[in-house]
Amino acid sequence: MSYFGDIYKGIKTLLTGMSVTGKYFITARKGAITQQYPDNRETLKMFERFRGEVVMPHDENNEHRCTGCQKCEIACPNGSIEIIWDRQIDEETGKKKKMIDQHIYHLGMCTMCGLCIEACPTDAILWAQNYENSVYDRSQLTKVLNQSGSKLKAGVED
Amino acid sequence: MNISLNITKTITELLSGFMSEGAANIGAMVTIALIYLAIFAVAGLYLVLLERKVAAWFQLRIGPNRVGPWGLLQTMADALKLVSKELTGTVKADKFLYNLAPYFVIVSSLMALSVFPFTQDFQAFDINIGIFFLIAISSLGVIGILLGGWASNNKFALIGAMRSGVQTISYELSVGLSLLTMVLITGSLQLSEIVEVQKNGWLIVQGHIPAVIAFMIYMIAGTAETNRAPFDMVEAESELGAGFHTEYSGMKFAYFFLAEFINMFIIAAIATTVFFGGWLSPFGITESIPWLGVFWFVGKTLVLVFLMMWFRWTFPRLRVDQLLTLEWKYLLPLNLLNIILMALIVWLNLTIQF
Repeated sequence: MSYFGDIYKGIKTLLTGMSVTGKYFITARKGAITQQYPDNRETLKMFERFRGEVVMPHDENNEHRCTGCQKCEIACPNGSIEIIWDRQIDEETGKKKKMIDQHIYHLGMCTMCGLCIEACPTDAILWAQNYENSVYDRSQLTKVLNQSGSKLKAGVED
Repeated sequence: MNISLNITKTITELLSGFMSEGAANIGAMVTIALIYLAIFAVAGLYLVLLERKVAAWFQLRIGPNRVGPWGLLQTMADALKLVSKELTGTVKADKFLYNLAPYFVIVSSLMALSVFPFTQDFQAFDINIGIFFLIAISSLGVIGILLGGWASNNKFALIGAMRSGVQTISYELSVGLSLLTMVLITGSLQLSEIVEVQKNGWLIVQGHIPAVIAFMIYMIAGTAETNRAPFDMVEAESELGAGFHTEYSGMKFAYFFLAEFINMFIIAAIATTVFFGGWLSPFGITESIPWLGVFWFVGKTLVLVFLMMWFRWTFPRLRVDQLLTLEWKYLLPLNLLNIILMALIVWLNLTIQF
């Protein structure tokens, strides 16, 4: 009879569910995923794909990979990126060339969508894993990503 | 250890030394009421803490661990916060009923505690219709919930309260009938008598198959009685805000909250007394030390409380129609069949006695 069959099936599925949560309960002490945040500030490491803020890595010669193509600026849906550039004479070839002056990034407007990083053809900008981004004044959220006196790494444009 | 565990008698005798008999009786009642109130207010707070900890472990979290060692003072701090908060209300609320509702809920749940035998003679009120009294008292609480929902002048609170009415009135039947099944074995409604009968084996062993069925039905219906998940449509957060206590704040909210947890304790305590031998130790290992009965009673109750928490953090919430289907189409007919089965077993002397 399906009436008693239903009861049997109901009890069986309920017990299955309880066994699943029971297993979690038993292993809870070892598997706790909670971070004791302010206490473990020193050791807490964010995972690889965490989106903290956009940074532009520089190598030891103070060289970055940004060509100033402005693809990130165009890709950004809410105008968090502003690139100030001008044409300067390249020392090697003697030709006029587009170079960035300041890569301005407004962290306060950024929604961490990652479209700028996807758009970048030279992987000049990346996600950083820092997570303590609160400041006392919002002007501190406007950041210049390229360091002063930095220049384009040779061979990026080829 | 020679403590007289019959507290009512002890205090009455103590007081009648310097009072007239009537005054001593009233004094003893008030003293015991205050003792119970103090103990169970604190116990209720720790049940809240236990719930939060168990919930955390089920969800692979840590739970409250900041206030005091291992977070032991967390709920104390919460209670202090709630006491210090403003008591707000809605403008067009029915002020009298609105203020009355929390007391209905908390008083009815505290009244039920008076009849439990925590150990031999350690019982405030050994009434001879114990089980009946418990069922009657536990259904009083729903009046408080209905009043609270109605008087707040808030549609979500009202819907929550009406759902509570539907739910409690339906599941009241199953609780009563499943306890009635066990009364067939004990032959008495008095709780101390019921524990006495279980000296020949706990009733869940004595009554074997129908007792186990009755226990399962009782636990399901009991969970529904206390308005806990998976039967928490009364306060379904995703649908109704906080349900019937949406408009309550401060201590009045705390009364509802505390009453919910004390009710959970009561449901587990009834199950302990009726199915698992109350304060009796397993195989009578500590029979010579009667005060250890408190330990066994509370221990068994906490195991059952844990079972209810396990339900809460496993099962999804039922819909109203599913709730009523479960009660009227499954639990109630099964319960009636179960009573016949139990009656046959008692009649043919098929109970297991040690």
